[in-house]
Amino acid sequence: MKLEDIADVLGCEVLSPADHAVDIAAVVASDGMSEILAFHRPHALMLTGLTNIQSVRTAVVADVHAIVYVRGKRPAQKVLELAGAKGIPVLSTRLGMFESCGLLYDAGLEGAM
Amino acid sequence: MSCCFRVHGRDFEKAGEASTEIKSLLKDLEVDPQIIRRAVVVAFEAEMNVVMYADEATVTFVLTDEDISIEAVDRGPGIPDVAHAMEEGWSTATDEMREMGFGFGMGLPNIRRNSDLFDISTQVGVGTAVTARIKLDDHG
Repeated sequence: MKLEDIADVLGCEVLSPADHAVDIAAVVASDGMSEILAFHRPHALMLTGLTNIQSVRTAVVADVHAIVYVRGKRPAQKVLELAGAKGIPVLSTRLGMFESCGLLYDAGLEGAM
Repeated sequence: MSCCFRVHGRDFEKAGEASTEIKSLLKDLEVDPQIIRRAVVVAFEAEMNVVMYADEATVTFVLTDEDISIEAVDRGPGIPDVAHAMEEGWSTATDEMREMGFGFGMGLPNIRRNSDLFDISTQVGVGTAVTARIKLDDHG
């Protein structure tokens, strides 16, 4: 599923430059970064409500393709800058984690676990 | 090749920088991406453990023709019950640590899961040493 289609499904705001042609096959969703690291799949989409710098570092380590922050959360500028430097698109949705996961599952995406 | 990093307790802003550097190094050397992911998860979790629980540590990364080894030797409180610490979900983390996205009892299990060889030694009141090796020819 293309990132642009995911952005449509979740009504996302794009917070840092996104390659909309990026293809996403799976989703990993958690506010616990060690959970992301334990159950990641390369090139997955990461859904989280954690907006600190460690969310981006975790995304880098786990090789995720893009981050969507849920619950309308927006990271600080320095977090966006690190994501930009690492080439990771960042989006934000007003939806909660549960609704976001449900909509993406319904759209055909699977969990990374 | 080898390199050493100093990691400081409570420095959440810089936590993960060493791991990111190790990842860049391994990518430049065109190491298998799956091996890189395992090594960097090990390094990142080791760094986060130091930041959360210890005063300071040296994280040493060594790459040979056979494997990658990552050793984190810290000065800190040590672990009174290593068996419990190795159980997924068991943690002594504070709310502040959990707000950072860590401290859910997954750190040491994640290190062990991604290692071909894993060793931990600890002394209460002195510190903890964690050593992990990842074989280059084994996709685990």
